[in-house]
Amino acid sequence: MTEEKKDFFVSNISLSYQYTAGNATTRFLNKVAEGKLVAQKCPKCSAVYVPPRGSCPRCGVATEEELELPDTGAVESFTIVHIPIPGNPIVPPYVSAMIRLDGADISFLHLIQEIDLADIRIGMRVQAVWKDRSEWGTTLENIKWFKPTGEADVDPSVFKFKE
Amino acid sequence: MKDIYILAYAQNPIVADAKAANEVELIMPVVHQVFKQTGFTQNDIGFTCSGSCDYLQGAAFAFVEGLSAIQTNPPIKESHVEMDAAWALYESILKIQMGDAETALIYGFGKSSPGDLPFVSTLQTDPYYMSPLWPDKTSLAALQAQLLMNKGVLTKKDMYEALTQSISNAKNNSNALVTAMPSEDDYLSADYLSSPLSAFDCAPISDGASAMIIGTEEAATKLGLQKIKISSVHHSIESSNFGARDLSTSESIIGLGKKINLKSFKPDFVELHTQFTYEIPFIRGLLDLGNVDINLSGGPLAGNVMMAAGLDSIGKSFELLKNNDFHSGLAHASSGPCLQQNMLVHLEKIND
Repeated sequence: MTEEKKDFFVSNISLSYQYTAGNATTRFLNKVAEGKLVAQKCPKCSAVYVPPRGSCPRCGVATEEELELPDTGAVESFTIVHIPIPGNPIVPPYVSAMIRLDGADISFLHLIQEIDLADIRIGMRVQAVWKDRSEWGTTLENIKWFKPTGEADVDPSVFKFKE
Repeated sequence: MKDIYILAYAQNPIVADAKAANEVELIMPVVHQVFKQTGFTQNDIGFTCSGSCDYLQGAAFAFVEGLSAIQTNPPIKESHVEMDAAWALYESILKIQMGDAETALIYGFGKSSPGDLPFVSTLQTDPYYMSPLWPDKTSLAALQAQLLMNKGVLTKKDMYEALTQSISNAKNNSNALVTAMPSEDDYLSADYLSSPLSAFDCAPISDGASAMIIGTEEAATKLGLQKIKISSVHHSIESSNFGARDLSTSESIIGLGKKINLKSFKPDFVELHTQFTYEIPFIRGLLDLGNVDINLSGGPLAGNVMMAAGLDSIGKSFELLKNNDFHSGLAHASSGPCLQQNMLVHLEKIND
């Protein structure tokens, strides 16, 4: 039997890592596991970062002071996702939004549910809906999604980064 | 051509595992140290350039996140090389020569502990014909070391001497990771990782960061510190195809020795970016360095922060000139497998 001639072969590329989040973000994630959202404040410009990465990128200094923020905030920006993403269990259409927690100077990405898609708007007040406490871990997925609170909208000018 | 000077240099203590620390937490201490040495703030810096590789720690866009360690308001002029920070220094030198900046901040960081470095380095090789075969960094170095031994260029004893000299010199660097001296018996009886190299022949897996500030003559004069001048800098690269290279020599290194005109000056010391023991006697021969001291800082065999170790050989040369009765030093940086790409930097102490 003659050996089959091969013109190509498949070589998979994969590398495995012990990824770490950083000392500052680790402190944040350990608090998230207790249901708390703990921000960090810049000692120079007083900007409040959540999730914190341990530095103020405006000033280039470490953010050591920590402060707990409420789980309420407002929609700074949003998009309605209509296209399914492979492996993502959420069924479109759904809302992905940048959420600015009350007292924070940056926003983070999360879901908004329990809302009619036609009603979503910038400035809308929202609050976190947490998973059952038994399911909490060191992840922002402890928050299932945010839902509208029904309070009056905030003026979008509050999202401007304070100088 | 403008004269360019090194104004400050700082290195984190090199550790085997920086644990949870992320790129920002590695970079910020060294950047603050070089600012402290010069009295500068980010506002005094005309150009900022970094060297790093996201594959090392397995974090996409770590090089962008790393910028959070420095002040970026008001906006800064900034660039990055996916290489050792020695090449970030090179880009910064070009930027100053072009008149775009008077000063530059350079930093490099590497966190190799989260991954499998020899295989992470495979992704530096040619992606079509080489990396699919997964040649790891240690095996490629072993290929070159064995070839050099077969040709009689160097012996295992030369490699052991390079190791013991490096470890002995590491006492000069309080940031060094490796200070334990192996006996000749331990060395010769160690299991091969890839023949003829054992773990003793390989630089240790290291985490850390380094930073440097350079500037024009005007900036250096204003500071009033001892002037250390970058008198000459050249780099060159060979083919990514190993089959097209003669691994028993290095066209790149020999060519750089000529370009930098090594015959015209005698360095008081040489700092080599050598990640394997055999590379020290190999380069000593290629550049005809005689018995000049090599790696007085201990070099990468005593601590090898990927993407910073090349900058470290230049930074350590700066420190050696500044703190000793030396006048001239030669620093080397390298990149890629089997010393594929190299840089030589001639530094001089200038007395006004």
